[in-house]
Amino acid sequence: MTVTGGGHSTRTVITGMGLATPHGLGVEEFWAATRIGKNAIGPVTRFDVSAYPAGLAGEIHGFRAEDHLPGRLVAQTDRMTQLALVAADRAFRDADVAPGDLPAYGIGVVTAVGSGGFEFGERELRKLWSLGANHVSAYQSFAWFPTVNTGQIAIRSGSRGPNGVLIGDQAGGLDALGQARRQIRRGSRLIAAGGFESSLTPLGWAARLSTGLMSTCDDPGRAYLPFHPACRGYVPGEGGALLILEDERSVRAREAATIHAELAGYSATLDPRPGSGREPGLRRAIELALADAGTAPAGVDVVFADAAGTPELDAAEVRAIVGVFGPRAVPVTAPKTMIGRLLAGGAPVDVVTAVMAIREGLIPPTINVEPTAARELDLVVGRPRTASVRTALVLARGHGGFNSAVVLRAVD
Amino acid sequence: MKGLIVSKHEFTIKDLKRILLEGAGADEGVDLDDDILDTDFEELGYESLALLETGGRIEREYGITLDDDVITDSRTPRALVAAINAILQALVEA
Repeated sequence: MTVTGGGHSTRTVITGMGLATPHGLGVEEFWAATRIGKNAIGPVTRFDVSAYPAGLAGEIHGFRAEDHLPGRLVAQTDRMTQLALVAADRAFRDADVAPGDLPAYGIGVVTAVGSGGFEFGERELRKLWSLGANHVSAYQSFAWFPTVNTGQIAIRSGSRGPNGVLIGDQAGGLDALGQARRQIRRGSRLIAAGGFESSLTPLGWAARLSTGLMSTCDDPGRAYLPFHPACRGYVPGEGGALLILEDERSVRAREAATIHAELAGYSATLDPRPGSGREPGLRRAIELALADAGTAPAGVDVVFADAAGTPELDAAEVRAIVGVFGPRAVPVTAPKTMIGRLLAGGAPVDVVTAVMAIREGLIPPTINVEPTAARELDLVVGRPRTASVRTALVLARGHGGFNSAVVLRAVD
Repeated sequence: MKGLIVSKHEFTIKDLKRILLEGAGADEGVDLDDDILDTDFEELGYESLALLETGGRIEREYGITLDDDVITDSRTPRALVAAINAILQALVEA
C-alpha cells in the first residue's frame, strides 16, 4: 500500500539505468533488440533439461563475470549477483554518480528477488551430499541468500544508508522501487533499486514447474502467448535491472545528471483469499497508483502488462485494465514475450522499457501473439507503434496474490 | 592423523597461489605473480572468510586437518606455507 498520496512536494526521479537481460547487458543494446521485437527465447542450455516437461527459457548468452568483475568477487558470488553487480556499475555510471563521492549514509540499495543464488547454492548442496560438509564453500554462508544482491551492491558502492530486500515474486521488482521512493522522501540522497533473478538450474526449474504456470510447449514462437486463446503458461528468463533514484532537487543541484523519468505513482495490493469470490487486487492497485500519481486513466499513454500467459490470470488482467480504462482505450504491450518472465527482475526491466518508450516515442511490441487476440485490449502486437508517450503504467503480479503498479512520467 | 592419504609432501608458494585463485580469486590491483611471500594476507585482499575457504581447500587436497590458529596466526604467505609444511613433515615422520 502507498503511504503518501499525490501532490507530494519532492519528486523522485530516475537518473540511472543498468540492465542484464537476454537482450543484452547495456540499455542501448537491450533497446535495439526490444524495439524491433526480437525473440530471445530458446532451448535451455545452462543445464540438461531433457528430463523435464518444459525446456525453453530466455537465457543470457555469452556472459563471463570475470570480464566485468574482480576475481575476488567472482569467486564468492552466484550468477544472479554477478548480473546484479554488472548492472549496478552501469546504472551508477549512467547516473554520472561515483558512489564514493556521496555520503555513505545517504545512499541505499533496495533489491527484489524471488529465489536466491540457486546455481551457487545447488552446487554446494551437491558437494555436501556427495563429498561431505568439509567440501562446502565458505562463501555458501551468504552467496545463496535472497539478501545477497543488496549486500554486495551496497559493499561495492559503499552504501550504508537504508538497504533492504523485498520478496514478492514478479511484483517484488516494483515494490523495490516503491520502497526506494519512500526512503528518498524520508531524506536519503540516492537509492539504487531493482531486481534480479537467475535460477535456471535443475532445482530452480523443478520449483517453478511445481506452480503449474510454466509453458511446456517446445516451440519458441508459440510457448508464451499472453492474452491469446492458445496461451498455456509463461516462459521464464534470467536477468533484471537496477535503477538509480534521486530527489529531483538534488539532481538539479548536481547538474550533470540526465533525468530519465519521474517515478510518479506506486501501489501494491493483495488478492483476496482464493475462493472468496471477491475481485482480485490488480484493478485496485492500478487505481491507487494512478491516484498516487495524480493521473486520470485518460492520462496514461501505455500499459506494460504483467502478462502471466495463463487463461485465468490473463482474463483477470484484462478485466482490471478494461475496468479502469475501458475497452481498447489504451495501448497495452508485453515486451517480456521476447525474453520471458524474469520474476523479480522482470518488472524493473519493464520500467526501463517504459522509460525508453517515453524517450523515443515508441511502444515495443508483444511478439508471437496474433492481432486477433484479446479483442478487449488494444494490444500492440507484431511491430512497434510510434506514439507520444508521456505517462506509462507498469503492472506486475507475483505468485501468491501480489499486485503492484507504478506510474512513470516524462520530465522536461 | 595417521591413516590419512598424504598425496604430496611439500607445499609451495605456487600451490598456495593456485589454491587462493581457485577458492577466492584475486583482487583488482593485486598480482599474485609478484613477490608476495611477506605481504600480509589482508593487504592482498584476503579477509578471514577467504582464508577459511583457502584452509578448507588445503585440508582436502593434502588430507590434513588445520587448527583454526594455523590460519589466524599465519599473517603472510611465507608463514602459511611454513606452517603447512611443518604439518606435512610431522605426518611423514609419524
